[in-house]
Formats: sequence, structure tokens, C-alpha cells
Amino acid sequence: MSYDIPDKELMSPGHVACPGCGAPLAVRYALKALGDNTVVIVVASCWSIIAGAFPYTAVQVPLLHTLFATGGSTASGVKAGLEARGLKDTQVLTLAGDGGTFDIGIQALSAAVERNEDFIYMCYDNEAYMNTGIQRSSATPWGAWTTTTPVKHPKDQPKKDMVAIMAAHRIPYTATATVAYPEDLVRKVKKAASIRGSKFLHVLSPCPSGWKSEPAQSVLLSRLAVETCVFPLYEIEHGEDYTITVQPRQKVPVTEYMKLQGRFAHLKPEALAQIQENVDREWDKLVAKTGNHCGH
Amino acid sequence: MEKVIMGNHAVSYGVQLARAQVIAAYPITPQTQIVEMLSELCADGRLKATFIKVESEHSAMAATVGASIAGVRAFTATSSHGLALMHEVLHWASGGRLPIVMANVNRALGPGWNLGGEQTDSLAQRDTGWLQFYCETNQEVLDMVIQGFKIAETVLLPVMIVLDAFVLSHTEEPVDIPEPADVDRFLPPYQPQFKLEPGEPHSFYGLVAPEHYMELRFKMEQAMEESLVVAQRVGIEFGQAFGRSYDVVERYRLDDADLVLVTSGSITGTSRVVVDELRDKGQKVGLLKIRMFRPFPVAAVREALSKAQKVAVIDRNISYGVGGIFAAELKTALYGAPHQPVVFPFVIGLGGRDVTPQSIHSIVAYTERHDAPLEPIIWMEVKR
Repeated sequence: MSYDIPDKELMSPGHVACPGCGAPLAVRYALKALGDNTVVIVVASCWSIIAGAFPYTAVQVPLLHTLFATGGSTASGVKAGLEARGLKDTQVLTLAGDGGTFDIGIQALSAAVERNEDFIYMCYDNEAYMNTGIQRSSATPWGAWTTTTPVKHPKDQPKKDMVAIMAAHRIPYTATATVAYPEDLVRKVKKAASIRGSKFLHVLSPCPSGWKSEPAQSVLLSRLAVETCVFPLYEIEHGEDYTITVQPRQKVPVTEYMKLQGRFAHLKPEALAQIQENVDREWDKLVAKTGNHCGH
Repeated sequence: MEKVIMGNHAVSYGVQLARAQVIAAYPITPQTQIVEMLSELCADGRLKATFIKVESEHSAMAATVGASIAGVRAFTATSSHGLALMHEVLHWASGGRLPIVMANVNRALGPGWNLGGEQTDSLAQRDTGWLQFYCETNQEVLDMVIQGFKIAETVLLPVMIVLDAFVLSHTEEPVDIPEPADVDRFLPPYQPQFKLEPGEPHSFYGLVAPEHYMELRFKMEQAMEESLVVAQRVGIEFGQAFGRSYDVVERYRLDDADLVLVTSGSITGTSRVVVDELRDKGQKVGLLKIRMFRPFPVAAVREALSKAQKVAVIDRNISYGVGGIFAAELKTALYGAPHQPVVFPFVIGLGGRDVTPQSIHSIVAYTERHDAPLEPIIWMEVKR
């Protein structure tokens, strides 16, 4: 097996993420794929902390912190400014959490990708407002505990389908990724970088503090999310052409994924059965969209 | 070249002459013609700029911030609710020390919906760290856009150019449009000291602990104070280049004036006429026009009012619970000054209600009739 991951590190040790956080790994791989002719924009999120406090920085590329709702709009301005200076090949990468993407930033993001601004938007999705202490977002899955969806009334709405929303904008490239499949992640970032226009990458990002999981199991959880089809790995070109990029070897029951996370510990067998049914249905719908063709 | 143009187009010509490189804006009445004309200028290449047609004013300011930190001259325009929606991003622009210029067309805030002129929108942003200039004429509007970039790029703070809804924005006046080559000499290309630069891994606007945060704010205040001097210098240089010089305030027939009207924006023009009429009758009335509101020109105001007995401040705005905002600021400026005139705080013309020469005459008459204001806010022409 060959590994197509560049050796050069653009992320430094000494970042201040929690142990087991998926977000620094996702960015580390993304920067390996993009190289140093990159500008990173960090929307208010865990990465506002992870990047390090003044006068330190955890990445070896220019980094701009920006307001919660401005991931799409700030990137549009940065890209226009760089292009006006003749820097047409510099990649602009926006990093945002699920709150900044699914909730408060969705308006500016939708507008930026509707204009087909030339940038990569990476949402690292830990499925709640983790930086403020685990409050539900519209990315929180059905049934999950958070501090605002307590055990007596866990979240009773399904997770918003952000990828479908991006695909509905018919942008050139939309993809999902997890840090358990770094070759897949790096290939997708490189592909995104090769396309002019708006690219959306949705990366599942385990959060031991918020998911009540073991820090050492974040990569395992990232893999189980794919193998259970809770978080399938696929890509969409121009909003239409769906390809599943990592086919689960065998479909693992969702309980294998959920039992490692305390945020689902309160769920009764019938709730777990409902989740399994939902996951199966969504997977079948996805497979149908691909026309049953799988890449790689 | 002289043209007869509306205030909104005076803004657009100013932005064209200043060679803004990125513009991000969203339509809102009564500002819309600014961005309409700019999009035409960008589309046909008369202005080599990228126009980002954003979906909100919040995004307009965020994109302008992004372009500015990427190292280019950036501009936006808005009004009223649009400015209110920008609020948090205004802090990002000023705290980020970005020399953005924005035109704000003064318009009342709802509810109920109202398109008329009122200064409460911009004055409500006075604590955001933006410089604010209030314009009396369309000529001043155009001239201030050009000066605004020069001042902003010198002190590294953003500049808001403020003009009144309809009375300026939609009213056509003769305006001298400077030659591009002359403006290029006056305002050279923007050379940012700090910018996003591939290969230079600096981080901007990240976490700052209390041990450093306060120093950043101290430096902002120092830059604010410096901007008073810079604005005066730039106003003189502008006069040398184009024959129209500007100061942070304008003194009109102030010598020996016992009663001084304090105005801003287009009400100044109306008040000038009244001052002339009263002077013709031998009354010692003068006018102080406040052009720069942030930073507040304390020394210039004190000096200008050092002989006045009574000062009538005309506010087309209100801070609920305090009254007219110029009056409140002026009283603060006079606190501790050796000479203390009596300040009469008038509120008038909210929501675009006409302020006529007769209105100004009534204000003068009230001020002459009383030794001191009878109430903390003198509401003019209000139905009770």
C-alpha cells in the first residue's frame, strides 16, 4: 500500500487542542495537501483556541481569525484582495465548526458559494457547540445528549443535511472526510485545490469532551462512523455526480459506534433501533444517488 | 471638471478617484445609487476593482475587512439598519487597525419603517473606534472620500463618511470632480505595513490575554487622538492640491457672536442662510459646524465657543434618556473649560421631517428668549 501524504508539516506541535480532538488532525492533513501558498481563515470555534494565543501560532501559514458568522464573507474579501495583488494561486481555506457552518454562518456561506467564490470551506463537525461547553447545534444527531438537550429531553430533531444543502448550490465540489482515512482526506483537499470555485469539505471531528468518549479512540470513532454508514465518505461534483469514495468493508451496527460515546448512553434499545433504521435508509438513498458506482 | 450630481454619486466618484481595489456592498435605500454606480464602474473597467455582491451588510463589512487585511484599498457603503447589522464587524475593522472607508447615508431606524434622514444610525456606532465625518454638501462628500483614505491609511483606523438621506444623497448639486492624476499625487497607492502574505506565517486577531489586550486598546486611542492632527493636516494638503481646504470644525461668522448655532450635516446649509439673515439685521449670531465627530474635536470646539454666551445645538438624532448626541458630547467637551456658555439642546427633524429656515429661526428665538433651557431636551416642532 502506498501513502500519498506529503511529509512536509505546516502544523506545529504545541497547539492547544484537547487530547483526542479530531480538529487539529484534520487541519494538519489539509495543510499537507495544500502546501505553504495558503491563507487560513479561522471562524470563531474551537480552532480559535487551538491556533494558540498571541504571540504564538500553530500553523506555518498566514492565519486570520474572524467573526462567527463570516466564514464565507471574510474568505470572499480575502480572496478578492489577494487576487487584486496578483496572488491568484494562493489557496484560501476557511475553517469553521458546525455551529459556524450549520447555524450562525450558513447565510454568508450560502451566499459565498452561490457566487462560486474561489475558496475551500472546511467544516470540522464535532456535532455541538463544544467550545462553549457542549450545547446542541443543528449538526447534533438525533438522540444525543448535550447541556441544552439533557437526558430527559435529548435532541429530537435529525442532524441537518449540510452536504445536501451545499450540493443544492451546484458548487463544483463537495466532499465528506474523516481523519481515520487520511489518504482519502488528503486526496479530496488536493482535488478541491485543483478546482476553481467554491469547494465544501465536511469533516467529522470527534470531541472526547463533548461525546464523552476516550481520547485514544477518536480515530477509531472516525473509522466506525464510516463503517457503520453514520458518516459515509463520498464526494459530489457540480451538485449532481455522487461518488462513494470509501466503501465500508462490511456494514457495522451503529451500536458499535454509539456505545463508545457517553452522549448516547441514555438511549433505550428502541431508540437505538430507530437510529439504525434511519442510518440504513440514508445510506440506501446515498447509494441510489451514486447510481451504484463507487470510486477507488 | 464640474458636474451636477447627487450625493450618492459624489461618493462613487470619490471611490473611483481613490482607486479602491475591492468593494463589497449590499443595497439599502437611500444608499443604493452609490453601489449601483460603482458596479457599473467596475463592470466597464473604469474602476479596476472587484465588486463583491454580498447577501447582507454583515457580510459586506466582513468581506471589506478580508480584502483590507489581504493588503488592498477597500470600500463599502450602507445606511441605517444596514449599519446596525454591521455593528460587530465594525469592531473587527477598527480593532484590526484596517484603513477601510465607508459611506453611511444617515437614515432613521425602525420601527416604524422610515427612509428619512436622521443621524441616530451612525451616532449609535460612535464607540466602535471608527472616525466619523459629517458632510454638508455633495462637494464635501466627494472630497472626504479621498481624504478619508489618506487619513485612514495614516492612522490605521477606519473612516466613516456620513451624508444625509435625500437632502444630500438624492439631491443634485454642482460638484467639482478632481482630475485623476491630481488625486493620484495626493493619494498614492496603499502600502500596507501588515497584511496576509504567503510565506509569512503571521496570525491576525487571535486570542489576546489581558496582559496585552489593554495595550492594544491604548494604542487605538492614541491613534484616534493622532487622527485629529492628521485630519487637520490632510485637510490643509487637500486645499493646497484642490483649492478647497477643510478643518475638523468650520467656524462661520463666529467673531463677536453671542449666540452660536452648533450644527452638523446638511442642516448647516439651512442654518447659514438664517445666520446671514440675522446678521443683516444686526444680530450677533454665528455658526459652528462640527465635521469630525470621532474623535470629538474638543480643543477646536472649546476655542470656537470661547466667547459665546449661548450655544444652540441642533441634533437630528436622539440617545433615549439623554437627548441629542451632539449636545451631550459638546457639554462633555466644555466641562472644565475656562469659559462656560449656556448650552441649549434642541432635537428636531427626526425621521426626515423637514428642518426649514423657519425652524432655525424658532431655535434662535427660543435661545434668545430664555436665559437657560427650560427642559433637558428641547423638542422642536413635535406634536404633544
